[in-house]
Amino acid sequence: MASGFDPAEILAAAKAGHIVALGLRFVAQGPDWCEFAIDYDRRLVSDAGTGILASGPIMSLMDTAGGFAVWTRRGAFLPQATLDLRLDYLRPSRPGQTVTGRVECYRLTRRIAFVRGVAHDGDIAHPIAHLTGTYMLLGDGK
Amino acid sequence: MSSVTLLPYADFLGIRIAGERNGSPLLVMPFSEGLLNLQGMMHGGAISGLLEIAAIAAIDATLEEGEDPRSVFKPITVTVDFMRPGQPADVYACAEVVRVGGRIANVAVCAWQDDPDRAIAAARMNLAITPPVEK
Repeated sequence: MASGFDPAEILAAAKAGHIVALGLRFVAQGPDWCEFAIDYDRRLVSDAGTGILASGPIMSLMDTAGGFAVWTRRGAFLPQATLDLRLDYLRPSRPGQTVTGRVECYRLTRRIAFVRGVAHDGDIAHPIAHLTGTYMLLGDGK
Repeated sequence: MSSVTLLPYADFLGIRIAGERNGSPLLVMPFSEGLLNLQGMMHGGAISGLLEIAAIAAIDATLEEGEDPRSVFKPITVTVDFMRPGQPADVYACAEVVRVGGRIANVAVCAWQDDPDRAIAAARMNLAITPPVEK
């Protein structure tokens, strides 16, 4: 693992909060990316008839994966805040499927981190949504 | 304003209708620990969820009152800007429906905490409108 930042260690300390409430799971990490997953839950849908997940839980998944990608690239759990997020929905998620979000921090400046990522439900070549976003770096980044 | 039903996800976040503002439903997401990020502030995803629910509630409120189940709104693009940190406190949101066409709705929505003139986040959403699913 190239980064000094260990998501599992940070998450083990979290006993409550949005990540725990949604059941977001850390899946994998690279030098500048992180992957999280959210299991299907009927409480998270936008419509009881279609059973399609709301946008909100996918935003939470992608914001979380994006934040962790930035910490991964910074190499430490430093203060930061989401500045903006954009999700393009290419298709609805399939009811019952776990959704995985992989987000890469592709550029880090002194103040801003730029991320991009993909949400999919099993096949990354057939994504549900594309993410772009930025984070403000509030601590001493490298 | 016609009757408005919130998404099932609204229950998960504890969101309810708190009134009306400029003809759109005013929503509140009462503070709970389950909304916080690892830094002890409101999670951007939870705020985004509130914005989405307020946007759809506002479109719903513009549609004709009727017996039929409401139309289904599927987000196409969602853009959220975060202006201020979300404090561990209640969050309000209210949307402005820019246009509802036959197929697409364009909505602007903003969220605040103690002062409606000091938004903590704002979103633009473009949604596809599809007829209700036959049960």
